[in-house]
Amino acid sequence: MINPYYMQLIILVGINTIMAASLNLILGYTGQLSIGHAAFMSLGAYSSALVTLHFGFPFIISLLCGALFSAIFGVIIGIPTLKLKGDYLAIATLGFGEIVRIVCLNLDITGGAMGLRGIPKKTTLLWVVLAVLVTVFILNRIIKSRIGRALIAIREDETAADSMGINSTYYKILCFGVGAFFAGLGGGLFAHYMRFLHPKTFDFMKSIEHLCMVVLGGLGNMWGAFIGASILTVVPELLRSVADLRLLIYGAVLVLMMRLRPQGILGPQTDIAPAIEKIRLKFKSIWHRLARGKT
Amino acid sequence: MLRIENLSAGYGSIRALHQISLTVSEGEIVCLIGSNGVGKTTTLKTISGLLRPDEGGIYFDNRDISRTPPHKIVEMGISHVPEGRNVFPRLTVRENLELGAYARKDKAQIKKDFAQVMETFPQLAVREKQSAGTLSGGEQQMLAIGRALMSRPRLLLLDEPSMGLAPLFVLGIFEIITEINRQGTTILLVEQNAQLALRTAHRGYVMETGRIILDDSAAALLQNERVRKAYLGE
Repeated sequence: MINPYYMQLIILVGINTIMAASLNLILGYTGQLSIGHAAFMSLGAYSSALVTLHFGFPFIISLLCGALFSAIFGVIIGIPTLKLKGDYLAIATLGFGEIVRIVCLNLDITGGAMGLRGIPKKTTLLWVVLAVLVTVFILNRIIKSRIGRALIAIREDETAADSMGINSTYYKILCFGVGAFFAGLGGGLFAHYMRFLHPKTFDFMKSIEHLCMVVLGGLGNMWGAFIGASILTVVPELLRSVADLRLLIYGAVLVLMMRLRPQGILGPQTDIAPAIEKIRLKFKSIWHRLARGKT
Repeated sequence: MLRIENLSAGYGSIRALHQISLTVSEGEIVCLIGSNGVGKTTTLKTISGLLRPDEGGIYFDNRDISRTPPHKIVEMGISHVPEGRNVFPRLTVRENLELGAYARKDKAQIKKDFAQVMETFPQLAVREKQSAGTLSGGEQQMLAIGRALMSRPRLLLLDEPSMGLAPLFVLGIFEIITEINRQGTTILLVEQNAQLALRTAHRGYVMETGRIILDDSAAALLQNERVRKAYLGE
């Protein structure tokens, strides 16, 4: 039997991988700066938990309800905001995240500031592993398909994509819907693991955490989402003794990544082997430089 | 083939086009000349649907397309090569060209057209697997034109194909434009290099501050006193 502490870590890595992978579709592949991903997670978490509590649906149905609910909001929020670009979209998604948090804080059905308690524990390692596999598989299929090519074209140059006959508004909304769907799935798993939900869990900092995972792992790389999620889930645990410095470290990570390796640890290749080779060479050269510096 | 009637368009409250009218017939090269900021690019953007007109009509094969979204317009057979080339920098030459055929589904014909584009632009064939951002300006322009051809347009809108290119490349590009036209594609060309544009085109329109002030055959415009003074530097 795995030590429950490690078990919790593995499950959180899994959930965060789903979060990072789904944000990667929006941010890494389509190039839309969304900083309200935690809101989609919370929509999925609350709705799936409420469905379980009130109707007693089987777990898989609750999860799907949560994901669908979140996807619907992804589309609804997508329609008015996706005409915005860059910073403006970021601000709109930030506002959306706050609205969701404050609504959850004030509704009776979500338990308000008391939080939602008594959610049965249904998320197991098996569920999480399955969900991660399904998420990464489907997202990968999307990226390799016609839709994926359109999304990448939009990221590269929206005007040119439009003049290629790509309906960029449609694809952006689609990508928001799919991203929100999987974020909602992650939220549902989270709710049935933690058994307690509070709006504060899904605040702006949570969205930033997801953003950091994607940026750290590598924008536009599905392996990157996993690596970013693993590092930013495990490292804060190791740094528990300096928990107050966590935000500082996140900030430093973002700044350093942007300065030294804006493409993330893995960069945009989908293939992992050459990327690892590159990192190895990089470390080697740094090592040499250091060694030379010492003598 | 293309008929624009009393078209007005602009950006927000700033009006860039004032009731312009022009026509392009099948098989022609028509050029639109004028100095910076007179609305040439805006005209093309409005035709391809990237910009919504405020009033007036754009008719392609007698169908009003002034409210049609850009992806539908591409399907109808109009392809726009935007100003500044706009290739997808991190995708390879091949991927760029494949995206050009995005609106089409006939795979066999796409393959043939791909080979055709490679033949028209041998430089691109050499760089097939290279990412587009690493190409020279001239090669990027070729790629942008090749990409537009991949949608099998009947009407090709070219925005400043000579911009930022070495003089030798410019001549090459214009030869290719003539060749594309000879193979049956109608071309509407926007260009600041009036001399070259008028030598390539059959007919021309001269724009000034959002209005069309002259239209005639290209040969006649080349002789026109006003055009010679203002645009040909004589």
